[in-house]
Amino acid sequence: MDLNPTAEQDQLIDAFSSLYTKESSTERVRAAEPLGFDEELWDHLKEIGALEMAVDESSGGWGATMLDLSLVAEQHGRALGAAPLFESQVALRLLARLGEPAKELLRASLAGEALTTVALHGPTNGSLKMVPAGAIADRVIFLDGDKICVGGTSQRVIIENLGSMPVADVSLGGDVEVISTGAQARDAFEMLFDEWFLLLANALVGIGERSIEIGVDYVKERKAFGVPIGSFQAISHGLADAATAMDGSKLLSREAAWSADVMPERTRELAALAFGFSTESAREASYRALHYHGGYGFMLEYDIQLFFRRAKAWPALYGEPSKSFARAESERLKKIESGV
Amino acid sequence: MDFTLGERSDIFREEARAFLAEAFTPEVKETMHETGVHHNWDFHKALVEKGWLAPGWPVEYGGQGRDPMEMLAFSEEFQRAGAPTYGVGTTIMVSSILRHLGTEEQKQEFLPRALRGEIIIVLGFTEPESGSDVAAAQTRAVRDGDEWIINGQKMFTTNAQEGDYAFMLTRTNPDVPKHQGLTTFLVPLRQEGVEIQAVRTLSGERTNLTFYNDVRVPDAMRIGEVDGGWDVMTVGLTFERSGAQGGESIRLLEEMEEWVLSAHDDDGNPRREDPDVLARLGKAAAENEVSSLMGRRSAWVHDTGGMPGVEGSMGKLFSSEALTRQSGDFVDLLGADGIRSQGDPSAIQGGAADYAFRFALGATTYGGTSEVQRNIIAQRGLGLPRAK
Repeated sequence: MDLNPTAEQDQLIDAFSSLYTKESSTERVRAAEPLGFDEELWDHLKEIGALEMAVDESSGGWGATMLDLSLVAEQHGRALGAAPLFESQVALRLLARLGEPAKELLRASLAGEALTTVALHGPTNGSLKMVPAGAIADRVIFLDGDKICVGGTSQRVIIENLGSMPVADVSLGGDVEVISTGAQARDAFEMLFDEWFLLLANALVGIGERSIEIGVDYVKERKAFGVPIGSFQAISHGLADAATAMDGSKLLSREAAWSADVMPERTRELAALAFGFSTESAREASYRALHYHGGYGFMLEYDIQLFFRRAKAWPALYGEPSKSFARAESERLKKIESGV
Repeated sequence: MDFTLGERSDIFREEARAFLAEAFTPEVKETMHETGVHHNWDFHKALVEKGWLAPGWPVEYGGQGRDPMEMLAFSEEFQRAGAPTYGVGTTIMVSSILRHLGTEEQKQEFLPRALRGEIIIVLGFTEPESGSDVAAAQTRAVRDGDEWIINGQKMFTTNAQEGDYAFMLTRTNPDVPKHQGLTTFLVPLRQEGVEIQAVRTLSGERTNLTFYNDVRVPDAMRIGEVDGGWDVMTVGLTFERSGAQGGESIRLLEEMEEWVLSAHDDDGNPRREDPDVLARLGKAAAENEVSSLMGRRSAWVHDTGGMPGVEGSMGKLFSSEALTRQSGDFVDLLGADGIRSQGDPSAIQGGAADYAFRFALGATTYGGTSEVQRNIIAQRGLGLPRAK
């Protein structure tokens, strides 16, 4: 057992953390609202290799592991990065898995010619609802029954939302193309969900941990009744619980990401568990940190509200945590029945 | 990063499983449930035969020199099985204190007997008037030549009825700040003046209230310096909170998963197809994975030369609170059937949910309450100021 990142992983974390410090300050995050897209940050991310790292050398990338991507995702969460990192990365990986029929789109997406995203829900009445990065993407990949399709995004309505994310409802036009069908398509898309969960779970670790830091700093400084409010157990115990849950989120989310490369037979279960657990923990951590700011937490001026809104909104694009817990449990029961 | 425990741990885990399959017999289990005593002499002797009372100890002290990761795998298996290890647990904990702080004579006298399985040592910290504030102990020890005379009461002296000695925290100086007037002794339990009264708990476990009236203890049984008891306790408590976590919850979820595979609701629908049921089991699975990772992380910190203080508190807090939440939720999930008692032949999965629901109440208390753990996390982990 070794819970420390390797020297290479530390370098990777440092590289991205410096980038976010420069290009994703909370001033920049605010400036990008309400759309939630900071084009300059996105350019820097592309420049440092955020797209290429997501796919193998054979697909034109440099083949980072899911754990590497997750460590970057954690930094992205800490900085509330206003850029479509996760959508792009899971889309690229899906295209790489689909091989020949997706080759041209993969090339164009990697080259930055087409910003390609994924829809987390299939079409209803010819429309894809709440598409992540739908407000800025050129192409959207979605699952329709047992077909993986790609469509354009020109018929879109940008949706203002709690997390200030570049989300849109996209009406599908005549330019929809089917790139995979049948069991292969379903399996490939299931794996996309696993990977989405891993990146989001680790991003939520970043959001939650940063929230606790902000909350702890505040309650050490703020005084009431002549003492720092952090000395009141009503407050310190709430933060201790939240810090404990975030600590658990981090262990679980990293283990889940690690499993993708080392024991993939556990990844479907662990990724869904990590997503659900991190969603609940980060929500609670950011809520407590905000609440302990008193009235100031309710003001737009204090940064904690930026974290609180995103902790709730980022994972909500998929759905509530119980949905992923149920997914994980189905997987566990399948294994029990097959005697694994 | 690597989340595996390593090959040596895997092998030792298999050996532990094989041992448990043989030694943790249905008879031992039944006796545990009937008597509420989580110590069993047959099981204890079987452990001695394997050399497994303290496999993590150095060979020269009668251990097997197992590393913390091997010990973690070992204790995960024992926890998960629910084996009767309270007696061996407290005996080895106190023996560890003796190994570090005892005199040469004390080590010679007690350690071989403890590791041969001849004696059981129980804990005497808590009193009727002091629990979390353990340094407020009032049981008096007064010197009389080469002996000490002890008077007072100790609460939750679990296994005292099986035990040979109590490792006891006493007050030797009432005129100084409370932490500075404490002394620890190994008090022989089978002697005049010691009275043991059974105390029954919500989960059926038996513990005790013990009374000490003019009990005489030779000075040779004093551990550490006179009035230096708090230093001894500090060493003792660090042994207590690191290690495997979540065994009880893992066993409970296994029962619930076995149940759900064949359960139907009143309308005949399979419960496993109900997303609400799946989500509730899945949430417990997430918590159990976290508990287990926290236990493993503490072992890893220990293995790499650190002291898992805050990490140990987090593991203890999280796993015990998770058990409380889950067991309550599972009793709800089973509806009216959820309150059929463990032991009643009609109970679902042997009444596992009802038992855990009761047991959890103790888990959030012993070894330091959740509130004590939160103080440790807030102050040492987050750097928040102490409460005034």
